[in-house]
Amino acid sequence: MSDVIIVDYGAGNTRSVRAALTHLGRRSQVSADPALISAASDVILPGVGSARSAMAHLEDTGAADALRRRFAANRPILGICLGMQLALQASEEDGGVKGLGLLEGLVVRLDAPRVPRLGWALVEPWGGTFYFAHSFVAESPDTVATSESLCAAVQHGSFLGVQFHPEKSDAAGLEFLASCLSPD
Amino acid sequence: MPLARLIPCLDVARGRVVKGVSFVNLRDVGDPVELAQHYSAGGADELVFLDITATPEGADTMVHVVERVADVLEIPFTVGGGIRSVEDASRIIEAGADRVSINSAALATPDLITGIAARFGSQAVVVAIDAGESHVFSHGGRVATDIATVPWAVEVAARGAGEILLTSIARDGRRSGFDLALTQAVRDAVDVPVIASGGAGSAQHVADVLRITDAALIASIVHENPSGLPGLRREIEALGIELRPVKERV
Repeated sequence: MSDVIIVDYGAGNTRSVRAALTHLGRRSQVSADPALISAASDVILPGVGSARSAMAHLEDTGAADALRRRFAANRPILGICLGMQLALQASEEDGGVKGLGLLEGLVVRLDAPRVPRLGWALVEPWGGTFYFAHSFVAESPDTVATSESLCAAVQHGSFLGVQFHPEKSDAAGLEFLASCLSPD
Repeated sequence: MPLARLIPCLDVARGRVVKGVSFVNLRDVGDPVELAQHYSAGGADELVFLDITATPEGADTMVHVVERVADVLEIPFTVGGGIRSVEDASRIIEAGADRVSINSAALATPDLITGIAARFGSQAVVVAIDAGESHVFSHGGRVATDIATVPWAVEVAARGAGEILLTSIARDGRRSGFDLALTQAVRDAVDVPVIASGGAGSAQHVADVLRITDAALIASIVHENPSGLPGLRREIEALGIELRPVKERV
């Protein structure tokens, strides 16, 4: 069983994702190495930082192209929060940022009573309650789950992206994360 | 809106969780990692760790605590105390905290709020406000300022704070109920979520404040008995407040 690759795009906290994987008995590495991204059985695009610097880092390191090739080869990628948003065509964040373009749709500023939207909310039709922390949200035809009518997950081909943080969602999050990884 | 949140707060000094009514009478109540796991298992929605020593020497100790907590905790946590620069915030976040809380440093240097938000996003910045009768206090509630509470809350939100942790100094530690009028006034004035703090003494108190705001900080009500948290949650739910369903770990 190969290490799970957590794609490094130069932003802070990847420790929580690693900790959750460890909890599930999976080894992981934080890396932007195109060869590792291509070879790993599981790849996670995590969710921290800002869209502009994340995309710039992914393009500079070659990780962006490695992710596009991996997607074209129908190999699984899990995007979390910003990592999900980066997979769409573009984001309004930071004055407009072009995304990886794996999925159709745009990321727009959240129109909610309180922004950032912080806290636990039910995801339908999946049924779990997960932790959200976001100021932007996807609008995509590839939406497969919602939370309070907002996009909570997108899926197209081998890419699954979630707006919530499974690594911060207690038992429900660990269970979800385990279901996304290839079997032992 | 997401579900109301119950947030236990742990005071940390020299790498240990402590409690006490004043800085001179601190009692060691345990290891931050063990207590964090205990609260998490009991259904805490989030945790706040406050470094009450907040000395430069203590900063390294706190970073180490944050790393250990991040390695075992699968709920979000905020760390406050002694964060005076974007670099300080960055060390804490890179160690695994989801968010940092700033208070006196934001009063001294309001640009700090914007600086941290620009680097890590607004959701990573909590501004803690210690509110007196009508004005804000700094330095752990010891120094009065001439800054009025509600306008300060509006300013911090405009500068990029993603949440306000609002403590009523008069109610803090008294267990006589939250200051509902203060909480309501601040929450009405801003469009970011507001955590109410100071005064939790019963499930009724917590339920009352959760009817008007997003989250409640709880300290002494659970510190005396961390294993009382599941019971407290059930009581609050029985009073009509919906909380997240807490699943047993498999």
